[in-house]
Amino acid sequence: MPEFEKLHQAILEGDQKSARALTEAMLAEGVAPMDMITKSMVPAMDEVGRRFECEEYFVPELLLSARAMKGAMELLRPLLAASGAQPAGRVVIGTVKGDLHDIGKNLVASMLEGGGFEVVDLGADVAPEKFIDAVKNSGAQIVALSALLTVTMPSMRTTIEALNQAGLRSKVKVMVGGAPVTPQFATEIGADGYSETASSAVQLARKLVAETAA
Amino acid sequence: MSRLSAWVEGGPVITDGAWGTQLQARGLAPGELPDLWNLSHADQVEEVAAAYVESGSEIVLTNTFRANGITLQEAGCADSIEQINRRGVDLSRNAAAGRARVVASIGPTGKMLLSGDVTPEQVRAAFRAQARALASAAPDALLCETFSELEEAEIALQAALETGLPVIVSFAFDTGKNKDRTMTGLTPEKAAAAAAAAGADAVGANCGAGIEFFAALARRLRSACPLPVWIKANAGLPRMEQGRIVYDATPEAFAAHFSALAEAGVSFAGGCCGTGPEFIAALRRQRDSRRT
Repeated sequence: MPEFEKLHQAILEGDQKSARALTEAMLAEGVAPMDMITKSMVPAMDEVGRRFECEEYFVPELLLSARAMKGAMELLRPLLAASGAQPAGRVVIGTVKGDLHDIGKNLVASMLEGGGFEVVDLGADVAPEKFIDAVKNSGAQIVALSALLTVTMPSMRTTIEALNQAGLRSKVKVMVGGAPVTPQFATEIGADGYSETASSAVQLARKLVAETAA
Repeated sequence: MSRLSAWVEGGPVITDGAWGTQLQARGLAPGELPDLWNLSHADQVEEVAAAYVESGSEIVLTNTFRANGITLQEAGCADSIEQINRRGVDLSRNAAAGRARVVASIGPTGKMLLSGDVTPEQVRAAFRAQARALASAAPDALLCETFSELEEAEIALQAALETGLPVIVSFAFDTGKNKDRTMTGLTPEKAAAAAAAAGADAVGANCGAGIEFFAALARRLRSACPLPVWIKANAGLPRMEQGRIVYDATPEAFAAHFSALAEAGVSFAGGCCGTGPEFIAALRRQRDSRRT
């Protein structure tokens, strides 16, 4: 099997050890980091997302693949930075104020990292001011808000309003998700996008980054 | 053989509805840990239990869903684990006053074993401490509910069974087109087989999806084990209306699903998110009208 395909397979199967070993071997052979990302890793994560959407993969498989991707990316990132290559985008993510649930948010963060995004994870129960500071400091294009509780969903609205008042709303795209969140609610509070699952969050983030560039 | 068989000999038993929203209606702040109210707002907690007993609950749960060692530690209240859990049982028993059985609730830790956020040993210690504290106040049974990850459910179930009380284990099937998998991909068949193998006295499904999904889930749970089936269904997905959370399902529409559940062989029926005492009253009317 050609090595690109092996790396693709290792990530698809969530085998972090093999993914790292293959990445190291390919680097030693002089394969360009960007080629590994575009020919093996991104297509592998897209396939993971596809399998998740059609219920062949579930959260455990998603996590393992994201971890394998992250392991391989750790080896490539210093080289990419040195060559001046940019991440797919920069995302500030957090569970909104009043909500301590972080499983979903962590999953989305892992998937975004697996998708080549640089992720600034603010944790859970994050106040609007913290999102604002993080956007200012990181220059992120996207703010991703999570809520598990129906009673904390209104915190998504106050966070978006705070971004507005801070004059940052036009500089960032806001995406929202979490069990009780619906597309309708996302529209109502003025978010730019809603994702039902952690894997479709990656596609949404790519779309939003493309919109900011346009 | 389930130790709960005698409870359900006469047909489906009506349990209770959601607690969090009832406490919020009494002033619990968003994001505040409801379990702490067992110590700070005992009267309101007892009121919720009483409202369910008044509306026809034959089993009432306890306000201890998140009173495990890991969650309480995060909230800075690890020292109160014994008190919060004991008091939770006492409050529900006072409200029941002999009219309903008390089943003490144990929920997940909110941390995933498979992502390595916590170790099995930490989870075991967290559930053991809670189960022992609950058992010391002598509830009629323990309930491990809303689990997604099989490994965490098995640890909770084991810790609960160690107390010698009957134990029900219930999963949240909220994933997939048909809402028939837990977040980790667990199927009802696997969940039921694992529950029976581990010595549970009943297996169930709660939260996750609206009540229309639960008859099918109940059938599948029953097909895979001989245990009584426990169901607590959501009223449906909420929507926002001018900043307020609204559930569209009415108590009557919710309770109309009772016959489908009974036909699917459900032994315990009640409500989860979006349901309140009026939903339980409607469910109880449906149950009683089928008996006569």
